[in-house]
Amino acid sequence: MNQSNSVWAFFASVKLALVTLFFLAITSIIGTVIPQKETAQVYIDTYGQNTANLFQIFSIPDMYNSWWFLGLLALLSANLIVCSIERFPAAWAIIKADNLATPLKRLQQMRLRREWTSALNVSDTEATLAATLNTNGWKNQSRQKDSGRLLFSQKAPMSRTGVYIVHISILIIFVGAIIGEMFGYKGSVMLPETQSTEQIYTFRTNEAIPLGFEVRCDLFEIELYDNGMAKAYRSELTVLENNEIVRQKTIVVNDPLTYKGVTFYQSSYQPYQSFVVTVSDMTSAKKIQAILPYQQQHVEPNSDLRFGIINAKTAGQSVTDIKLWLKDQSGVSGNYWLSDGEQKIIEHEGTTYLIAAKQMYATGLQIAKDPGVWTVYVGFTLMIIGLLMAFFMSHRRLWIHIREEDGKTLVLMSGSANKNRGAFEKTFSALADQVQK
Amino acid sequence: MDSSQLLGITTFTYLFSSILYAVIFIFRAKSLGPATTVFTSIALLIQTIGIGLRWQESYQIGIGHAPLTNMYESLVFFAWTIIAFYLFLEWKYKIRTIGAFAVPFAFLAMAYASFSTEFSKEISPLIPALQSNWLIAHVVTCFIGYAAFTVATGLAIIYLIKNSSASRNSTDESTLLATLPSLSVIDDLTHKSMVFGFLWLTVGIITGAVWANSAWGTYWSWDPKETWSLITWFIYAITLHARYTRGWGGKRIAWLAILGFLSVLFTYYGVNFILSGLHSYGSS
Repeated sequence: MNQSNSVWAFFASVKLALVTLFFLAITSIIGTVIPQKETAQVYIDTYGQNTANLFQIFSIPDMYNSWWFLGLLALLSANLIVCSIERFPAAWAIIKADNLATPLKRLQQMRLRREWTSALNVSDTEATLAATLNTNGWKNQSRQKDSGRLLFSQKAPMSRTGVYIVHISILIIFVGAIIGEMFGYKGSVMLPETQSTEQIYTFRTNEAIPLGFEVRCDLFEIELYDNGMAKAYRSELTVLENNEIVRQKTIVVNDPLTYKGVTFYQSSYQPYQSFVVTVSDMTSAKKIQAILPYQQQHVEPNSDLRFGIINAKTAGQSVTDIKLWLKDQSGVSGNYWLSDGEQKIIEHEGTTYLIAAKQMYATGLQIAKDPGVWTVYVGFTLMIIGLLMAFFMSHRRLWIHIREEDGKTLVLMSGSANKNRGAFEKTFSALADQVQK
Repeated sequence: MDSSQLLGITTFTYLFSSILYAVIFIFRAKSLGPATTVFTSIALLIQTIGIGLRWQESYQIGIGHAPLTNMYESLVFFAWTIIAFYLFLEWKYKIRTIGAFAVPFAFLAMAYASFSTEFSKEISPLIPALQSNWLIAHVVTCFIGYAAFTVATGLAIIYLIKNSSASRNSTDESTLLATLPSLSVIDDLTHKSMVFGFLWLTVGIITGAVWANSAWGTYWSWDPKETWSLITWFIYAITLHARYTRGWGGKRIAWLAILGFLSVLFTYYGVNFILSGLHSYGSS
């Protein structure tokens, strides 16, 4: 690595990180104030032709995907990479350092130190101190050094990697986002009840994307609270491959269906003026389902059975009650009231029927395929771990040098911490008090 | 006793707490200290019971959910976290004079929650988008972060006041401000609060992203709330880097703490009432 290389130095500087973060923060505001991803006409109407043109030049209508915003993110990434390469080796050297090689001179110059004389000889003093340190959770090693014995103990040396883990986690999140962008898609489909689709439409280009399987909406329903607010939007979905059912699930908002890496989310719905009507003959177990507009008859082929919806009560756009008209081989017709979505067993001129009727809906599904999402989650996890290490753990080191001078046993205890020094000072003096006893 | 009564009482107990802390500070009434801490702790306990009762009441009316789902409930919880975080700081660092600059924020949050007519205080059922286990994790983590940033701002204000009077060296005021911790202690506490807040804000943004992905299939969609939370994150990231790597401290960090807090306020409040987006239900 050529450190005098000015390009390298530019990307390695913390100043660049600060400036990049500053510009990311400032420019991000734009997209929260100016509506994003509207049609060109909306900007002309709202801001006038000239401003709208200027917006187009700087990709303001889709600023978070614009060349300059992605450029800022790329700059941040380059900065993170170069800065880490530049600084990590030094951090690693400290982590892996042979601390028993620390010269006595340096220990004598440390800000945090305590000196005393021991009544015991050098080896007994060493044994006692080592034992006390051990019982206090400071596992230690020792070696002959500077005509005496040097004891060393440390805690959390790896916490020095925390900051690098955070930086790498950001890069991993970016990689995950790029994977999702390159190999995934986001789209939607409006799927009427009883119908199925083998393709969906992407948000960005509205292009049809084949799913490789078929997904069918068997039922859509809205559950309401007593006050009329929506409690749940529910779609019963069936996945089919080669006309065989491979998966069935009832999805609600916050509980999607995933099949072969494609996830279907409940996102919206659309009511129709038609009804889904089901009539089953309980004796022959023959089930007939039909989608019928209001006041239109379903005539079952090769049968005398016919039925239709002749009346309905509504609340707003939603149907609450439905009146089903039915006529069968008996030649007699009958009317039956059902609440929306209700199933009822009726006796019609000696035949038992299971009848059901509901307003027809289309379920609005949002579809996402994002193979990068797990990479992003790995990044998230690493970021939290890295922050905990970087902020709440510190590399604490403790040296004790014991030597004989003029028949006395001199002890020097020195310590250092790379963070939260105030707390370590307290630990250090408490420990020094204890080992001195 | 129902939750609204207890939470109503809380507004006044926090007002009284604020006054007590102000008295301790202004009249150097150190002897009032322990009583004030006990009083504030009881106030926190009352509020905790109030929040718990509201939670229980929501189950009694059959729409059970954690009381963290609209502007009113979030303000109440915001006040709760501010007091909890402040009391923790007071206990850990044995500094009571900063209460006069932290507790009033909790009172303001409660007062705004209680007296504003902009939003409903009713326990309302959860819309489908909010019915998720991520709700509690997301809201709680964000607000712990917000509370820490709020206290950091209180500390930053103390720093700036003490610093400006120290440079003017007016005898009268400097004796009053002498009861405050030293500049370096305030600076250190401001920094520690921001570090703590930054960790929780990060977890808050992440839980929000994971939740968004499980609800909509997109962990990040640059909606204004998300974007503003990220802007806030950038501001604190800049602050921490400036301190760690460029040795910034004192006035500059104090101003950045205040700037960060303004961004928190905008993320929390401004986005709901000034901008619009996925979090628009927060304004109801």
